[in-house]
Amino acid sequence: MTAVLEAIFGNAFWSAVVKTVVVFAILMVNTLFLVWFERRVVAFMQNRIGPNRAGPMGLLQTLADGIKLFFKEQITPRKVELGMYLAAPVAAMIPAFLIFMVIPFGEPITIGNTVVTLQGADLNVGLLFILAMSSLAVYSIVLAGWASGSKYPLLGGVRATAQMISYEAAMGLALVPVVLFASIQIADGSVGVGTMSLSRLVELQQGSFRGFIPGWFVFWLLPSFIIFMIAAVAETNRAPFDLVEAESEIVGGYHTEYSGIRFAFFFLAEYINMFNVSAIAVTVFLGGWLGPDFGLPSGIAWAMPIMWFLLKTYALLFIFVWLRATLPRMRYDQLMTLGWKRLIPAGLAWLILFTLVQAFRSFGAPWS
Amino acid sequence: MTGYFEDYITVAVFAAFGALLVAVSVGASALLRPKNPSATKSQTYECGIDPVGGGWSQTHVRYYIFALLFLIFDVEAVFIFPWAIQLEALGMFALVEMIVFIVILLAGLVYAVRKGVLEWES
Repeated sequence: MTAVLEAIFGNAFWSAVVKTVVVFAILMVNTLFLVWFERRVVAFMQNRIGPNRAGPMGLLQTLADGIKLFFKEQITPRKVELGMYLAAPVAAMIPAFLIFMVIPFGEPITIGNTVVTLQGADLNVGLLFILAMSSLAVYSIVLAGWASGSKYPLLGGVRATAQMISYEAAMGLALVPVVLFASIQIADGSVGVGTMSLSRLVELQQGSFRGFIPGWFVFWLLPSFIIFMIAAVAETNRAPFDLVEAESEIVGGYHTEYSGIRFAFFFLAEYINMFNVSAIAVTVFLGGWLGPDFGLPSGIAWAMPIMWFLLKTYALLFIFVWLRATLPRMRYDQLMTLGWKRLIPAGLAWLILFTLVQAFRSFGAPWS
Repeated sequence: MTGYFEDYITVAVFAAFGALLVAVSVGASALLRPKNPSATKSQTYECGIDPVGGGWSQTHVRYYIFALLFLIFDVEAVFIFPWAIQLEALGMFALVEMIVFIVILLAGLVYAVRKGVLEWES
C-alpha cells in the first residue's frame, strides 16, 4: 500500500492526476454540503425548518436538486448569441476550480520518503494567481448578461462590471500588507525576500506569542482582514451586495435566460467562489490548517489540520449566511460610494501606515 | 526549474479536468433531457408579456468611468506586489519611492471625488 502510494506521488504526472481527482471530489462534496448548510441556517434564522426531507436532515437535498436540473428541458431563447451563451457557464466554473487548487487544506503528509502536500499545486505566486482568477470570474457574468439578448440579464451584467472590478481593487490592496508582513517575518532569519506562496504563508503563522495567542496574521493585520472580508462578500455577489442578481429588481440578473444544467453551473460556481474566498481568508489571516492536535495518536492526528481548516472556513461561511439573513440589499450608488470612497482610501491609508511601522521596525528610526 | 513547471502541469490538468467535467455533464444532459421547443417558449423573458424592442440597450457612461479608474488601481497592484516582496532587500529608497507613488494615486482619487466623477446622482 505504502509502496504504491509512494510510486504514484513520486511521479509528477500521476501525482497531478490523483491530486486533481481528490481535490475535485472534496470540492464537489463540500459544495453540496455548503448549499444545504446555507439553506438550513437561513431557515433557522427566519424561524423556518428548511430542507429536511431528502436524506438524513435533508443533507441530500442539493444532490436531488442537481439531478432534477440535469433532467430539465433547457430553453434557449431565440435572441441569444449562441457561442457566448454556451461558453459563459464554463467560464464561470473553471476559475472557481482553479482558485481552490492553490489553497493548502492540510499539513503535508509523509508517505515513506515522499512528502505529499495537501494542496493542488503550490504556486510561488499563489496570491497573484488567486487575484488573476477572481478577475476572470467577472467575464462569465458579463458574457452571460450580454449574450442572453434580453433586458434584465444585460442590466445584471452591466452592474457586475462596475461592482466586481471596484471591489477587486480593494481586495488587492488588502492583501499587500500580508505580503509585506510575510517578507519582514522571513527577513528575521535570512535575506529579506518575501513570498506569495500560500503554503509558506501558513508556515509563517506558526507559533504563538505570550503562550496562548496564536501567531495568526489577523492579530497584526485586522484592518486588512476587515477590508478583505467586505470586498470578498461583494466580489462573490452575495447579499447585501447581490445587485447583480437582485431578484426583486431585475428578475434573476445575468442568469434569467438560463435553465437546467447551465443554470446549475452558475449556481455551483457562486457557492464554490464563496467557499474559496472564505478559505483564502482563513489561509492568509487565520492560520490556515494550523491548530492543536491534542496529542492524538498519529493515525488520527494527520486529519486534525484538515478539520481545523474546515472548521475555520465554515465559521467564516456562517458569517456570509448571517449577513444574507440580516442585511437588506444596498442601493447601487451606496455600493459604489462604499467601494471607492471608503474601502479603497482606507486600504491605501492602512497600507502607508503599516509600511511606515514595519520600516521603523526593520530599518530603525530615520533620525537615529 | 522542473519543480516550477510541475506545478503548472497540475494547473493545466486541473483546468482540463474542469472543462471536461462541464462538457460531459452538459453533453449527457443533452442526451437525456426532453426537448420540445416552441415559438412561445423561446421568447425572451419579459415578465410574461411579449418582449418590447430589442434586448440590448445603451448603458450609462458612468460604468465606463469606474472601469477606467479600476485600470489605474490594478496597474498599481502590478507595481506594489513585487515591491512588497522585495522591500527588505531594497531598503529605504524603495520605501520612499512607493510612498510617493501611493500619495500621487491618492491625490488622483481625491481629484476624481472632488470633480464629482464618483457621484451616482447627477
